Amino acid sequence: MRREKLRALAPLEEPRSPTDLRVRQLRARDLLRGDLEGPDLEQHVAEATLPTTMAKTIGWARANSIFPATFGLACCAIEMMSMVSPRYDIARFGAENMRASPRQADMLILSGRVSIKMAPVVRRIYDQMLEPKWVISMGACSSSGGMFANYAVVQGADKFMPVDIHIPGCPPRPEALVYGFNKLQRMILGNPDSGWRRRYKAIGTEEWARAATGTASPDEAEAYAAARELSVAYDSARAQESRQGRRDA
Amino acid sequence: MPDSPGLELIAHELDDAAAGSVLSTYHEHGQACLIVDPQRILEVLGWLRDTPAQEYRFLASLHGVDYLPSEPRFGVVYELLNMPRVERLRVRAALADPGGEELPEIDSCMPLFAGAEFQEREVYDFFGIVFRGHPDLRRILMPEDYVGWPQRRDFPVGGEPVIFTHTEREVPRWYA
Repeated sequence: MRREKLRALAPLEEPRSPTDLRVRQLRARDLLRGDLEGPDLEQHVAEATLPTTMAKTIGWARANSIFPATFGLACCAIEMMSMVSPRYDIARFGAENMRASPRQADMLILSGRVSIKMAPVVRRIYDQMLEPKWVISMGACSSSGGMFANYAVVQGADKFMPVDIHIPGCPPRPEALVYGFNKLQRMILGNPDSGWRRRYKAIGTEEWARAATGTASPDEAEAYAAARELSVAYDSARAQESRQGRRDA
Repeated sequence: MPDSPGLELIAHELDDAAAGSVLSTYHEHGQACLIVDPQRILEVLGWLRDTPAQEYRFLASLHGVDYLPSEPRFGVVYELLNMPRVERLRVRAALADPGGEELPEIDSCMPLFAGAEFQEREVYDFFGIVFRGHPDLRRILMPEDYVGWPQRRDFPVGGEPVIFTHTEREVPRWYA
Protein backbone atom coordinates (compact mmCIF):
# COMPACT_ATOMS: atom_id res chain seq x y z
CA MET A 1 0.00 0.00 0.00
CA ARG A 2 2.59 2.43 1.20
CA ARG A 3 4.96 1.57 -1.63
CA GLU A 4 2.21 2.17 -4.18
CA LYS A 5 1.56 5.57 -2.72
CA LEU A 6 5.22 6.41 -2.89
CA ARG A 7 5.35 5.24 -6.48
CA ALA A 8 2.45 7.49 -7.32
CA LEU A 9 4.23 10.44 -5.76
CA ALA A 10 7.60 9.83 -7.36
CA PRO A 11 7.52 7.21 -10.07
CA LEU A 12 10.79 5.34 -10.35
CA GLU A 13 12.43 4.89 -13.70
CA GLU A 14 11.64 1.62 -15.41
CA PRO A 15 14.49 -0.90 -15.31
CA ARG A 16 16.42 -0.83 -18.55
CA SER A 17 16.62 -3.74 -20.92
CA PRO A 18 19.98 -5.50 -21.52
CA THR A 19 20.11 -4.05 -25.06
CA ASP A 20 19.72 -0.57 -23.63
CA LEU A 21 22.64 -1.23 -21.32
CA ARG A 22 24.78 -2.41 -24.25
CA VAL A 23 23.97 0.78 -26.19
CA ARG A 24 25.12 2.87 -23.28
CA GLN A 25 28.36 0.94 -22.94
CA LEU A 26 29.12 1.47 -26.62
CA ARG A 27 28.32 5.14 -26.35
CA ALA A 28 30.70 5.50 -23.40
CA ARG A 29 33.45 3.85 -25.45
CA ASP A 30 32.78 6.28 -28.31
CA LEU A 31 32.99 9.16 -25.87
CA LEU A 32 36.40 8.03 -24.64
CA ARG A 33 37.58 7.74 -28.24
CA GLY A 34 36.26 11.24 -28.92
CA ASP A 35 33.82 10.02 -31.56
CA LEU A 36 30.67 11.20 -29.80
CA GLU A 37 29.19 14.42 -31.20
CA GLY A 38 26.01 16.48 -31.39
CA PRO A 39 22.81 15.23 -29.79
CA ASP A 40 24.42 11.91 -28.85
CA LEU A 41 27.00 13.74 -26.76
CA GLU A 42 24.31 15.90 -25.17
CA GLN A 43 22.32 12.86 -24.22
CA HIS A 44 25.31 11.11 -22.76
CA VAL A 45 26.23 14.09 -20.61
CA ALA A 46 22.65 14.43 -19.43
CA GLU A 47 22.55 10.78 -18.43
CA ALA A 48 26.01 10.47 -17.01
CA THR A 49 26.51 13.59 -14.93
CA LEU A 50 25.01 14.12 -11.56
CA PRO A 51 21.95 16.24 -12.32
CA THR A 52 22.81 19.01 -9.98
CA THR A 53 23.02 22.69 -10.58
CA MET A 54 25.55 25.22 -9.53
CA ALA A 55 22.83 27.23 -7.83
CA LYS A 56 21.96 24.31 -5.60
CA THR A 57 25.56 23.80 -4.58
CA ILE A 58 26.00 27.45 -3.83
CA GLY A 59 22.80 27.47 -1.82
CA TRP A 60 24.02 24.48 0.16
CA ALA A 61 27.32 26.20 0.89
CA ARG A 62 25.65 29.44 1.88
CA ALA A 63 23.04 27.87 4.11
CA ASN A 64 25.59 25.91 6.10
CA SER A 65 28.08 28.69 6.66
CA ILE A 66 26.22 31.75 7.88
CA PHE A 67 27.97 34.55 9.73
CA PRO A 68 25.46 36.38 11.95
CA ALA A 69 26.17 39.97 12.90
CA THR A 70 26.91 40.59 16.58
CA PHE A 71 23.98 42.89 17.09
CA GLY A 72 21.61 42.96 20.02
CA LEU A 73 18.70 45.34 20.43
CA ALA A 74 16.99 44.41 23.70
CA CYS A 75 16.15 41.51 25.98
CA CYS A 76 15.83 39.05 23.06
CA ALA A 77 19.56 39.52 22.61
CA ILE A 78 20.12 37.52 25.79
CA GLU A 79 18.39 34.55 24.20
CA MET A 80 20.32 35.17 21.00
CA MET A 81 23.59 35.09 22.92
CA SER A 82 22.76 31.78 24.54
CA MET A 83 22.08 30.37 21.08
CA VAL A 84 25.85 30.35 20.55
CA SER A 85 26.49 28.68 23.90
CA PRO A 86 27.29 24.96 24.11
CA ARG A 87 23.83 24.22 25.43
CA TYR A 88 22.01 25.26 22.25
CA ASP A 89 25.05 25.24 20.02
CA ILE A 90 24.22 26.91 16.74
CA ALA A 91 27.63 25.67 15.59
CA ARG A 92 25.85 22.44 14.64
CA PHE A 93 24.35 24.42 11.78
CA GLY A 94 27.45 26.39 10.93
CA ALA A 95 26.44 29.81 12.23
CA GLU A 96 28.47 30.10 15.41
CA ASN A 97 30.83 32.73 14.11
CA MET A 98 29.31 36.07 15.09
CA ARG A 99 31.02 38.87 13.22
CA ALA A 100 31.45 42.24 14.87
CA SER A 101 31.44 44.03 11.53
CA PRO A 102 28.39 44.13 9.25
CA ARG A 103 30.78 43.95 6.31
CA GLN A 104 31.66 40.40 7.26
CA ALA A 105 28.19 39.28 8.28
CA ASP A 106 25.43 37.89 6.13
CA MET A 107 22.63 37.48 8.66
CA LEU A 108 21.09 40.09 10.92
CA ILE A 109 18.98 39.03 13.89
CA LEU A 110 16.69 41.81 15.04
CA SER A 111 16.62 40.85 18.69
CA GLY A 112 14.28 43.30 20.35
CA ARG A 113 12.15 46.40 19.86
CA VAL A 114 13.34 48.94 17.35
CA SER A 115 12.71 52.49 18.50
CA ILE A 116 12.15 55.14 15.86
CA LYS A 117 15.50 56.61 16.79
CA MET A 118 17.22 53.24 16.32
CA ALA A 119 15.52 52.43 13.00
CA PRO A 120 17.89 54.46 10.78
CA VAL A 121 20.87 52.87 12.55
CA VAL A 122 19.52 49.36 11.99
CA ARG A 123 18.81 50.19 8.37
CA ARG A 124 22.36 51.47 7.93
CA ILE A 125 23.82 48.30 9.40
CA TYR A 126 21.64 46.27 7.07
CA ASP A 127 22.77 48.35 4.10
CA GLN A 128 26.41 47.87 5.05
CA MET A 129 26.12 44.09 4.92
CA LEU A 130 27.23 42.47 1.70
CA GLU A 131 24.91 40.50 -0.55
CA PRO A 132 23.56 37.93 -0.13
CA LYS A 133 22.10 38.78 3.28
CA TRP A 134 19.20 37.59 5.35
CA VAL A 135 17.26 39.02 8.25
CA ILE A 136 15.53 37.22 11.10
CA SER A 137 13.04 39.25 13.07
CA MET A 138 13.14 37.72 16.52
CA GLY A 139 10.23 38.09 18.91
CA ALA A 140 7.02 40.05 19.01
CA CYS A 141 8.57 43.52 19.29
CA SER A 142 10.59 43.55 16.12
CA SER A 143 7.86 41.74 14.21
CA SER A 144 4.90 43.89 15.16
CA GLY A 145 5.86 46.30 17.94
CA GLY A 146 4.71 43.78 20.52
CA MET A 147 3.64 45.27 23.81
CA PHE A 148 5.16 48.63 22.89
CA ALA A 149 2.19 50.10 21.05
CA ASN A 150 3.37 53.66 21.62
CA TYR A 151 4.94 56.73 20.07
CA ALA A 152 8.55 55.60 20.45
CA VAL A 153 8.71 52.15 18.87
CA VAL A 154 8.43 51.11 15.22
CA GLN A 155 5.43 48.83 14.82
CA GLY A 156 7.23 46.04 12.99
CA ALA A 157 10.76 46.19 11.61
CA ASP A 158 9.61 45.15 8.14
CA LYS A 159 8.36 48.71 7.71
CA PHE A 160 11.87 49.88 6.93
CA MET A 161 13.80 46.77 5.88
CA PRO A 162 13.14 43.38 4.34
CA VAL A 163 12.70 40.50 6.77
CA ASP A 164 12.95 36.83 5.80
CA ILE A 165 11.82 35.01 8.93
CA HIS A 166 9.61 36.15 11.80
CA ILE A 167 9.97 34.19 15.02
CA PRO A 168 7.11 34.59 17.52
CA GLY A 169 7.66 34.74 21.26
CA CYS A 170 8.37 37.24 23.99
CA PRO A 171 11.19 36.44 23.97
CA PRO A 172 11.45 33.28 21.86
CA ARG A 173 13.43 30.53 23.54
CA PRO A 174 16.82 29.79 21.97
CA GLU A 175 15.34 26.55 20.61
CA ALA A 176 12.75 28.62 18.77
CA LEU A 177 15.47 30.79 17.35
CA VAL A 178 17.44 27.75 16.20
CA TYR A 179 14.27 26.35 14.64
CA GLY A 180 13.67 29.63 12.85
CA PHE A 181 17.25 29.58 11.70
CA ASN A 182 16.74 26.09 10.29
CA LYS A 183 13.75 27.38 8.34
CA LEU A 184 15.94 30.16 6.98
CA GLN A 185 18.47 27.54 5.92
CA ARG A 186 15.78 25.65 4.05
CA MET A 187 14.78 28.90 2.40
CA ILE A 188 18.35 29.52 1.29
CA LEU A 189 18.53 25.99 -0.05
CA GLY A 190 15.54 26.79 -2.24
CA ASN A 191 13.35 24.33 -0.39
CA PRO A 192 11.23 26.40 1.96
CA ASP A 193 9.14 24.69 4.57
CA SER A 194 5.48 24.48 3.68
CA GLY A 195 4.52 24.44 7.32
CA TRP A 196 2.23 22.38 9.49
CA ARG A 197 -0.92 22.81 7.41
CA ARG A 198 0.55 20.63 4.70
CA ARG A 199 1.86 18.03 7.13
CA TYR A 200 -1.48 17.73 8.87
CA LYS A 201 -3.50 18.01 5.66
CA ALA A 202 -5.06 21.22 6.90
CA ILE A 203 -4.91 23.41 3.81
CA GLY A 204 -7.96 25.62 3.75
CA THR A 205 -8.53 25.67 7.50
CA GLU A 206 -7.13 29.18 7.85
CA GLU A 207 -9.06 31.62 9.93
CA TRP A 208 -10.76 33.16 6.97
CA ALA A 209 -12.30 29.76 6.21
CA ARG A 210 -14.80 31.05 8.77
CA ALA A 211 -16.72 32.42 5.79
CA ALA A 212 -18.46 29.08 5.75
CA THR A 213 -20.04 29.81 9.12
CA GLY A 214 -22.12 32.52 7.54
CA THR A 215 -21.14 35.21 10.05
CA ALA A 216 -19.18 37.24 7.51
CA SER A 217 -20.59 40.14 5.55
CA PRO A 218 -20.82 39.61 1.75
CA ASP A 219 -17.79 41.85 1.35
CA GLU A 220 -15.73 39.82 3.80
CA ALA A 221 -16.99 36.52 2.45
CA GLU A 222 -15.76 37.48 -0.99
CA ALA A 223 -12.32 38.34 0.37
CA TYR A 224 -12.18 35.13 2.38
CA ALA A 225 -13.08 33.04 -0.63
CA ALA A 226 -10.49 34.74 -2.81
CA ALA A 227 -7.78 34.33 -0.19
CA ARG A 228 -8.61 30.69 0.31
CA GLU A 229 -8.56 30.00 -3.40
CA LEU A 230 -5.15 31.63 -3.64
CA SER A 231 -3.80 29.60 -0.76
CA VAL A 232 -5.01 26.28 -2.13
CA ALA A 233 -3.73 27.08 -5.61
CA TYR A 234 -0.35 28.14 -4.22
CA ASP A 235 -0.09 24.98 -2.18
CA SER A 236 -0.94 22.60 -5.01
CA ALA A 237 1.57 24.40 -7.23
CA ARG A 238 4.21 23.95 -4.54
CA ALA A 239 3.32 20.27 -4.17
CA GLN A 240 3.56 19.79 -7.94
CA GLU A 241 6.92 21.54 -7.94
CA SER A 242 8.41 19.42 -5.19
CA ARG A 243 7.15 16.21 -6.81
CA GLN A 244 8.77 17.35 -10.02
CA GLY A 245 11.97 18.13 -8.15
CA ARG A 246 12.07 14.69 -6.57
CA ARG A 247 11.61 13.05 -9.95
CA ASP A 248 14.44 15.10 -11.44
CA ALA A 249 16.78 14.19 -8.66
CA MET B 1 12.93 63.76 56.04
CA PRO B 2 11.49 66.97 57.52
CA ASP B 3 8.26 66.14 59.36
CA SER B 4 5.13 68.18 58.94
CA PRO B 5 6.03 70.98 61.45
CA GLY B 6 9.59 70.95 60.09
CA LEU B 7 8.23 71.54 56.61
CA GLU B 8 6.14 74.48 57.85
CA LEU B 9 9.23 75.93 59.52
CA ILE B 10 11.17 75.69 56.27
CA ALA B 11 8.25 77.25 54.39
CA HIS B 12 8.06 80.18 56.80
CA GLU B 13 11.78 80.83 56.79
CA LEU B 14 11.81 80.63 53.03
CA ASP B 15 8.89 83.03 52.80
CA ASP B 16 10.78 85.47 55.03
CA ALA B 17 13.88 85.22 52.88
CA ALA B 18 12.05 85.40 49.55
CA ALA B 19 8.64 86.89 50.14
CA GLY B 20 5.76 85.28 48.30
CA SER B 21 7.77 82.44 46.79
CA VAL B 22 5.99 79.60 48.61
CA LEU B 23 2.48 78.99 47.30
CA SER B 24 1.61 76.02 49.51
CA THR B 25 3.01 72.93 51.16
CA TYR B 26 1.92 69.38 51.71
CA HIS B 27 3.19 66.44 53.69
CA GLU B 28 2.01 63.06 52.51
CA HIS B 29 3.28 59.49 52.87
CA GLY B 30 6.14 60.86 54.93
CA GLN B 31 7.25 63.05 52.06
CA ALA B 32 7.56 66.80 52.33
CA CYS B 33 6.80 69.05 49.40
CA LEU B 34 6.99 72.80 48.80
CA ILE B 35 4.93 74.20 45.94
CA VAL B 36 6.62 77.37 44.76
CA ASP B 37 6.32 80.20 42.28
CA PRO B 38 8.15 79.21 39.07
CA GLN B 39 9.38 82.80 38.61
CA ARG B 40 11.46 82.50 41.77
CA ILE B 41 12.65 78.93 41.49
CA LEU B 42 16.34 79.88 41.47
CA GLU B 43 15.96 81.96 44.64
CA VAL B 44 14.20 79.07 46.38
CA LEU B 45 16.66 76.40 45.32
CA GLY B 46 19.61 78.68 46.10
CA TRP B 47 18.27 79.41 49.56
CA LEU B 48 17.65 75.70 50.28
CA ARG B 49 21.11 74.84 49.07
CA ASP B 50 23.13 77.54 50.83
CA THR B 51 21.33 78.40 54.08
CA PRO B 52 23.42 76.86 56.89
CA ALA B 53 20.45 75.19 58.61
CA GLN B 54 19.13 73.66 55.35
CA GLU B 55 22.00 72.64 53.10
CA TYR B 56 20.09 70.55 50.58
CA ARG B 57 23.15 70.30 48.42
CA PHE B 58 22.25 67.41 46.15
CA LEU B 59 19.67 67.42 43.39
CA ALA B 60 18.64 63.78 43.31
CA SER B 61 16.20 64.12 40.46
CA LEU B 62 14.45 66.63 38.29
CA HIS B 63 11.33 65.73 36.40
CA GLY B 64 8.26 67.10 34.73
CA VAL B 65 4.61 66.30 35.32
CA ASP B 66 1.52 67.08 33.28
CA TYR B 67 -1.51 67.52 35.53
CA LEU B 68 -4.06 68.03 32.75
CA PRO B 69 -6.92 68.92 33.22
CA SER B 70 -6.13 70.69 36.52
CA GLU B 71 -4.57 74.14 36.63
CA PRO B 72 -1.75 75.12 36.62
CA ARG B 73 -1.13 72.38 34.13
CA PHE B 74 2.57 71.57 34.45
CA GLY B 75 4.89 70.86 37.34
CA VAL B 76 8.66 70.77 37.40
CA VAL B 77 9.69 68.73 40.40
CA TYR B 78 13.06 69.00 42.12
CA GLU B 79 13.98 66.24 44.55
CA LEU B 80 16.56 67.66 46.94
CA LEU B 81 18.68 65.67 49.32
CA ASN B 82 20.72 66.61 52.35
CA MET B 83 23.29 63.85 52.50
CA PRO B 84 24.66 64.20 56.06
CA ARG B 85 21.18 64.22 57.59
CA VAL B 86 19.69 61.98 54.87
CA GLU B 87 16.74 64.33 54.52
CA ARG B 88 14.77 64.69 51.37
CA LEU B 89 12.71 67.68 50.30
CA ARG B 90 10.58 67.98 47.21
CA VAL B 91 10.15 71.34 45.52
CA ARG B 92 7.50 71.68 42.87
CA ALA B 93 7.25 74.65 40.54
CA ALA B 94 3.68 75.01 39.34
CA LEU B 95 3.82 76.10 35.72
CA ALA B 96 0.81 77.36 33.83
CA ASP B 97 0.27 76.44 30.18
CA PRO B 98 0.62 79.63 28.11
CA GLY B 99 -1.69 78.04 25.53
CA GLY B 100 -1.45 77.76 21.77
CA GLU B 101 1.95 77.09 20.28
CA GLU B 102 3.81 78.79 23.13
CA LEU B 103 5.82 76.68 25.51
CA PRO B 104 5.93 77.17 29.27
CA GLU B 105 9.20 78.58 30.51
CA ILE B 106 11.21 78.31 33.71
CA ASP B 107 14.76 79.23 34.74
CA SER B 108 17.36 76.53 34.33
CA CYS B 109 18.84 75.45 37.66
CA MET B 110 22.16 74.57 36.10
CA PRO B 111 24.01 77.47 37.82
CA LEU B 112 23.12 75.78 41.12
CA PHE B 113 23.18 72.09 40.20
CA ALA B 114 25.31 71.32 37.15
CA GLY B 115 24.01 67.76 37.09
CA ALA B 116 20.59 69.00 36.02
CA GLU B 117 21.73 69.43 32.43
CA PHE B 118 20.51 66.16 30.95
CA GLN B 119 17.45 65.98 33.16
CA GLU B 120 16.30 69.39 31.99
CA ARG B 121 16.85 68.25 28.43
CA GLU B 122 14.70 65.22 29.13
CA VAL B 123 11.89 67.34 30.58
CA TYR B 124 12.12 69.60 27.54
CA ASP B 125 12.07 66.57 25.26
CA PHE B 126 8.96 65.00 26.73
CA PHE B 127 6.92 67.95 28.04
CA GLY B 128 8.08 70.91 25.97
CA ILE B 129 9.06 72.94 29.03
CA VAL B 130 11.74 75.47 28.10
CA PHE B 131 14.56 76.03 30.60
CA ARG B 132 15.86 79.58 30.25
CA GLY B 133 19.64 79.77 30.37
CA HIS B 134 20.25 76.11 29.61
CA PRO B 135 23.44 75.94 27.50
CA ASP B 136 22.31 73.18 25.13
CA LEU B 137 18.57 72.70 25.19
CA ARG B 138 17.66 70.10 22.57
CA ARG B 139 15.99 66.71 22.50
CA ILE B 140 17.85 63.96 24.32
CA LEU B 141 15.87 60.71 23.91
CA MET B 142 13.53 61.24 20.99
CA PRO B 143 14.97 61.78 17.49
CA GLU B 144 16.06 65.35 16.86
CA ASP B 145 13.51 65.90 14.10
CA TYR B 146 10.63 64.57 16.19
CA VAL B 147 7.55 66.79 16.33
CA GLY B 148 5.46 67.02 19.49
CA TRP B 149 5.86 66.49 23.23
CA PRO B 150 5.07 62.82 23.72
CA GLN B 151 4.61 62.64 27.50
CA ARG B 152 1.93 65.33 27.59
CA ARG B 153 -1.40 63.88 28.45
CA ASP B 154 -3.08 65.22 25.31
CA PHE B 155 -0.50 63.53 23.07
CA PRO B 156 -1.81 60.42 21.30
CA VAL B 157 -0.29 57.21 22.64
CA GLY B 158 0.55 55.88 19.18
CA GLY B 159 0.80 52.29 18.02
CA GLU B 160 -1.57 50.76 15.54
CA PRO B 161 -4.56 48.44 15.73
CA VAL B 162 -3.65 44.75 15.75
CA ILE B 163 -6.02 42.37 14.02
CA PHE B 164 -7.00 39.32 16.02
CA THR B 165 -9.88 37.07 15.17
CA HIS B 166 -12.05 38.85 17.71
CA THR B 167 -11.12 42.41 16.66
CA GLU B 168 -11.16 41.80 12.92
CA ARG B 169 -14.59 43.37 12.52
CA GLU B 170 -13.44 46.64 14.08
CA VAL B 171 -10.90 47.22 11.32
CA PRO B 172 -12.89 47.84 8.16
CA ARG B 173 -11.56 46.30 4.93
CA TRP B 174 -8.26 45.20 6.47
CA TYR B 175 -7.81 42.63 3.72
CA ALA B 176 -7.87 45.24 0.95
